[in-house]
Amino acid sequence: MLSKKQARAFFLGGTVVTFLIFIGLTIYSFSKEQDQSNYENITEEVVRGKKLWEANNCMGCHTILGEGAYYAPELTKVIDRRGKGYIKAVLMTPVPWEPNGRKMVAYGFSEQEAEDIIAFFDWIDDIDLNGFDTVVSPLAKDKVTN
Amino acid sequence: MKYKSQKVAYWFFALSMLLLVLQITYGFIMGFARVGLDGLHDIIPFNTARAVHTNLLVVWLLSGFMGAAYYIIPEEAQRELVSVKLAYVQLISLALVGVTAVIGYHFNWWEGRKFLEIPRQLDYLVVVNVLLFLGIILVTLFKGKRRTTTALVLSMGLLFAALLYLPGMIPFDSQVKDSFFRWWVVHLWVEGVWELIMGGILSFLLIKLTGVDREVIEKWLYVIVGLTFLSGVLGTGHHYYYIGVNKIWLVVGGIFSALEPLAFLAMALFAINMYRKGEKRHPNKLALYWTLGAAIVSFLGAGLLGFAHTLPQTNLYTHGTLVTAMHGHLAFWGAYAMIVLAIISYSLPNITGRKLYQSTRGRAAFWLSNIGMIGMTVAFGVAGVAQVYLERKFKMEFMEVQNEISIHFVVLLICATVLTLGIVLYIIDFIKHGKPTDEALEIRTS
Repeated sequence: MLSKKQARAFFLGGTVVTFLIFIGLTIYSFSKEQDQSNYENITEEVVRGKKLWEANNCMGCHTILGEGAYYAPELTKVIDRRGKGYIKAVLMTPVPWEPNGRKMVAYGFSEQEAEDIIAFFDWIDDIDLNGFDTVVSPLAKDKVTN
Repeated sequence: MKYKSQKVAYWFFALSMLLLVLQITYGFIMGFARVGLDGLHDIIPFNTARAVHTNLLVVWLLSGFMGAAYYIIPEEAQRELVSVKLAYVQLISLALVGVTAVIGYHFNWWEGRKFLEIPRQLDYLVVVNVLLFLGIILVTLFKGKRRTTTALVLSMGLLFAALLYLPGMIPFDSQVKDSFFRWWVVHLWVEGVWELIMGGILSFLLIKLTGVDREVIEKWLYVIVGLTFLSGVLGTGHHYYYIGVNKIWLVVGGIFSALEPLAFLAMALFAINMYRKGEKRHPNKLALYWTLGAAIVSFLGAGLLGFAHTLPQTNLYTHGTLVTAMHGHLAFWGAYAMIVLAIISYSLPNITGRKLYQSTRGRAAFWLSNIGMIGMTVAFGVAGVAQVYLERKFKMEFMEVQNEISIHFVVLLICATVLTLGIVLYIIDFIKHGKPTDEALEIRTS
């Protein structure tokens, strides 16, 4: 029968080994050859857009890369779906509005800010998502190209 | 209670209860918004309610874990806490940071990163607060007469939880990296080190409630936390399938996260077996209900429902839908909320000297809250599955689908009311116990 000492060795050994593999895989994933996020295409605009995305907690309603709050549409492929003009209008409107009956805060962003957020979406749009983008309806390529 | 300083736990538990009530309130705001009753939108938009709801969850659970540690460590180490005064300082600062963060969310002051919304300036205060907490616990343990496995596992869980907060504070330009390391915090907390904390509390409770030999319980504790880490660390990969990193995570995350239910199954079987084996029949049946309940419901919520959408082939469709909310609610409830409610149910009579073991109110609290939460899980599940089919199979527009599934949120609200009723009864029981008193010292219940 298993002794307490063996049980402890199992715990410590298993943890150390899996953690080392985890670190290794993390380093591998972010090596330049394995990058599928177009890291080099991140411009200052994209970074500013990301900051605005975070500062206003857009993820608190929307999802991006499938992560967020499921209350408002997924925005990973929003540029393909809606076009830049529509997005810009939404971001800049000073009037509260209810797209399809669900309220969105009127952020009233400046033109520059709206451009930055669009640059952020543009960068997100080009990330290789291992097939997620072709399956998910609002992002589905088949729908966009039809 | 055996040591005077254990009384400090009471106030951490009281803070927990207060924040739990607030968490549920904000949950209702979101639930009502989903059925179109969003009159509060101008003051509390959905993203504010959401940030408050999830962050309060984290803070009330942490406060509960801290209370648990302040209760358990003196008894395990067989000495008083090194400083009660500092423990109170820590309590007040925790409450202040939590309240400041929550108020800030109403004024657009946050980081907007799911679960880690706390603004950076407050992050540093969180770190100081947790360091103070760990200092008190670890020094007490170090100076104690004995160092038990239970105390060690609990402290290790708390220490790692603090360390793992740090990757979430690194700034990244890339959303992909940001997301990747955010899961180092969130996943490795809830599917890793928090399970050490849960295991430590569970083991303490089982030793006290069943009377089974400590050596036997602690041996199995090692096996369970071993299984947790063996599956949970690489299981982090299930968050990496579709966020823009290498396909290798589909394989690694798929295999290891599929093993994660084993740790929870082991925990459930372990708790039930220890209960059966135990010859001691502790009079505190309510604590036993919550303890066994935590072990069983965590297997259902975290283990089974997690498994339901962890395989990459399934997750491709369920990623970013309400299916996640289904799993999230029962998992957090079973694994963490219930274990905190268990340690409170066990320790409260010992701290206050009032043995309200047999109250009908206490039993009603247990059943109503569990039935309510299971009902909520089903409502989320039905809404989520419908969403997956309509939106992702039939390519319907997001809001069209939301309107179709809004009826399930009516069911959700009804079940949430049942849960709330249970929680209210639990809190009435909590208040009826009265304040902690030194007179409870003589009462030996263990």
